[in-house]
Amino acid sequence: MTRINDFAFKIATPNGTGSSSANGLLMQAIFRMGVPVTGKNVFPSNIQGLPTWYEIRVSKDGYTARTQQFDLMLALNAQTYQKDVAEVRTNGWLLYDSTWPLEGSVARADVTYLGVPLSEMVNGAFKGVRERILMKNIAYVGALAALLEIDTDVIRTLLKEKFGRKPALMDSNQKAVDLGYEYAKTHLGAPLPIHLAPLDLTKDAILIDGNTSSGLGCVYAGATVGAWYPITPSTSLMEGFKGFCDKFRKTEDGKKKFAILQAEDELAAIGMVIGASWAGARAFTPTSGPGISLMGEFVGLAYYAEIPAVIFDVQRTGPSTGMPTRTQQGDLMLCAYASHGDTRHICLYPSDPREAFEFAVTAFDLAERFQTPVFVLSDLDIGMNDWMVPKLEWDDSYRPDRGKVLSAAELEQAKQFYRYLDVDGDGIPYRTLPGVHPKGAFFTRGSGHNKLGGYTEDDVEYADVMERISRKTQNAAQAVPAPFVRKGSKATTLGLLTVGGCHGACMEALDLLAKDGIALDYMRVRGFPFGDEVKKFLDAHETVFVVEQNRDGQLRSLLTLETGVPPAKLSSVRYWGGFPMSAQHVIAGVKAKIEVAA
Amino acid sequence: MTYIAKPKVHAPTLTKNEIGLTRRDYEGTVSTLCAGCGHDSITAAIIQAFWELSIPPYKVAKLSGIGCSSKTPTYFLREAHGFNSVHGRMPALMSGANAANGDITYIGVSGDGDSLSIGFGQFGHAIRRNVNALYVLENNGVYGLTKGQFSAAADKGSTSKKGEANTMEPIDGCLMALTLGATFVARSFSGDKAQLVPILKAGLAHKGLAFVDVISPCVTFNDHEGSTKSYAYTREHNVEIVHADFVPPAEEITADYASGTLQNVMMHDGSWVRLRKFAQEYDATNRDTAYAYIRARQREGEVLTGLLYISPDSQDMHTQMGTVETPLVQLPYESLCPGNAELQKLQAKFR
Repeated sequence: MTRINDFAFKIATPNGTGSSSANGLLMQAIFRMGVPVTGKNVFPSNIQGLPTWYEIRVSKDGYTARTQQFDLMLALNAQTYQKDVAEVRTNGWLLYDSTWPLEGSVARADVTYLGVPLSEMVNGAFKGVRERILMKNIAYVGALAALLEIDTDVIRTLLKEKFGRKPALMDSNQKAVDLGYEYAKTHLGAPLPIHLAPLDLTKDAILIDGNTSSGLGCVYAGATVGAWYPITPSTSLMEGFKGFCDKFRKTEDGKKKFAILQAEDELAAIGMVIGASWAGARAFTPTSGPGISLMGEFVGLAYYAEIPAVIFDVQRTGPSTGMPTRTQQGDLMLCAYASHGDTRHICLYPSDPREAFEFAVTAFDLAERFQTPVFVLSDLDIGMNDWMVPKLEWDDSYRPDRGKVLSAAELEQAKQFYRYLDVDGDGIPYRTLPGVHPKGAFFTRGSGHNKLGGYTEDDVEYADVMERISRKTQNAAQAVPAPFVRKGSKATTLGLLTVGGCHGACMEALDLLAKDGIALDYMRVRGFPFGDEVKKFLDAHETVFVVEQNRDGQLRSLLTLETGVPPAKLSSVRYWGGFPMSAQHVIAGVKAKIEVAA
Repeated sequence: MTYIAKPKVHAPTLTKNEIGLTRRDYEGTVSTLCAGCGHDSITAAIIQAFWELSIPPYKVAKLSGIGCSSKTPTYFLREAHGFNSVHGRMPALMSGANAANGDITYIGVSGDGDSLSIGFGQFGHAIRRNVNALYVLENNGVYGLTKGQFSAAADKGSTSKKGEANTMEPIDGCLMALTLGATFVARSFSGDKAQLVPILKAGLAHKGLAFVDVISPCVTFNDHEGSTKSYAYTREHNVEIVHADFVPPAEEITADYASGTLQNVMMHDGSWVRLRKFAQEYDATNRDTAYAYIRARQREGEVLTGLLYISPDSQDMHTQMGTVETPLVQLPYESLCPGNAELQKLQAKFR
């Protein structure tokens, strides 16, 4: 059965063999054909030799979630061959390197085997071990171009853009593409029934990962200090920031209008951010779960002493080291209440790289307006995978919300300055920066302090400040990005609520469930503390499915704690094994409950 | 209120510095430390040094960690922004603040527990970054607020108040700083203001991290016989090896000591540090021989004090990073945001 622009394939290789450039080439070529495409890189915590997979989903309907149905498998890693063969859907295809004979033991009768002598072809055409390894990957791009009808002119253009200044490299890449293409055309009866056809659905879109877009967001927000300790999967955020700063933030004589501090650990990284914010800069740190654990003490200081800080948590699987190269939403509770004592933090939950860009900017505005740490929780899937998202836009009239910072002129006029006084009745006091005016001086401390900024061990004075901070944080609930809401296809008592990167899977699942006659109203929370609309949504439905990626239902717990709705009406749907969530997970979770009820 | 503001008394007869301020303008609140605490003498020396250098107090940021020593920034420079942070983490805050605004003077106050135990890593890495700051370690060899446990700076064999002897080797802040590449290393004694004040002034003029370890006896928990950080022991065993005199930029350098015992080092701001040596063979600009010399004299039970090492070619954190002259906090937003046109151009790459 022919299926055009709606299929998925997976490429299995050992890591460190350079397959990522071949996979990137495939993604870009499909994208340039105007066909919506998503790539998921499944990689090990290792530099060379362990198995890696790249999954490409082509969807004319624009679905971006991971699928578990693979029509075609490129089984190019002997270590995982058995597993890879098993993953192909019934009546699917498997492409293998036919330089060596196929082991009969793993043959499946319901799968069509496509042999391409990749090694033999590249060994004949290229010299040097490294080049042969690299070109073998490019050769499978050629074979796929024939099998899936990828436009070879587009591939040629992409190679020209990439290797325009290195003609020798361009020639060898083109030669490898041609080898694979010709072989598949001649010997494999290309194209397959699943294939591409040009569309016009990507011209207003880009392919970008969330770490890159977050780093770019920090540049646009006007951040000048970034401090970090490298940790997977957040590393490319700071690398992105650095790259964009090198491009946009250098003077003619090469001086930098930014500072990047590679700290000795995450404790120091967050300390530097707090120090820089205290001195008046917009400062941030990218990290992942283990880093958040280490930052706990300092986060409490910033909360209590009311110092802005922006923390990007690109979540990976926990607890402990967990699986550093797998995704999860395991830090929802940790970030919401990080540090000892009574705390509660503003959290933002982007669902894709576009929101990761926007929320980076929002995070700085909220951190400065509310004088408090703000967490931006993405995850490995959002942060490191290439997503197709609408082009980023920037409003040139934007100016940072620096919050209540007194200038030298204002201090000159003022009779006296007290750091923690609620002058305006909104719970937000005024702050001053060092070196601005003698009247602005105050003593910042994490120890007990009263509203005048003085040290205290007095119960009433202490509680007065703590209660004001609580009010202030609660006020932030209406300032965080409002939830995304979509009504069901018909009136319903069922709701579905999720967060962050589950969005794609949920949207697809809702469409598929609607086809089966099951309608659900949908809400995706985008910020914490939750606004009133969240409780209203929960109240308005008899059952709300809460979809998330962690073992214990952390979002469900947060909803219960924060809104007081009866836990029984919140039905948990979870997938947390480390891969991005699929629509099938959501559908299965919803149907299980509905069928039991019926 | 549980803190006492020191009343500002108008006293027209007090001597004024170049910017018209008296020593009182450099004071803070009343100390809440024990009477006779070495830390209070250091506070007095800090006040003296800032006053003599005529640094406007509001152009200073004073940061500290946790502990008795870390309380002291409240007791000086009331018009400076202060930051009493978390235990052992002052260096990170100071690095971040300095990255954001390198135009103000930074002083970090720490203790031996704060810098050599819980914050050992931060201490070391702030030295490696060479943050432009004065870093004062008020060293009493003991945890005071938790009532008398040994710190990592306690000497082997030194006894606690209850008579127990310390069995582990001490961590020596100055020797550590030397091996980590510190560009300014000094040791002094809280009881020797004549030595300490010029060291602090030289440290403030130094472009880079100036580390000053000040032995500062704890009168309550570590001033007994058997302690190697008591007033009596320190007085008896401290040997000044290099005396630093601070000469402001405008003044002329005149050599009035026997040749070979005097060394002038020019500071970044045009001031001079004149080193008077009390041992012919000691060279305070040679890291390796200085280290070896200090170690050798330590083995003989001596505590060497003075400006132990100064690097004439210090490159501070900003120089290493290559940041613009204007402090980052003063850059207008318009010069930081590339704008929508650039964003649209950039996105051609993401297709």
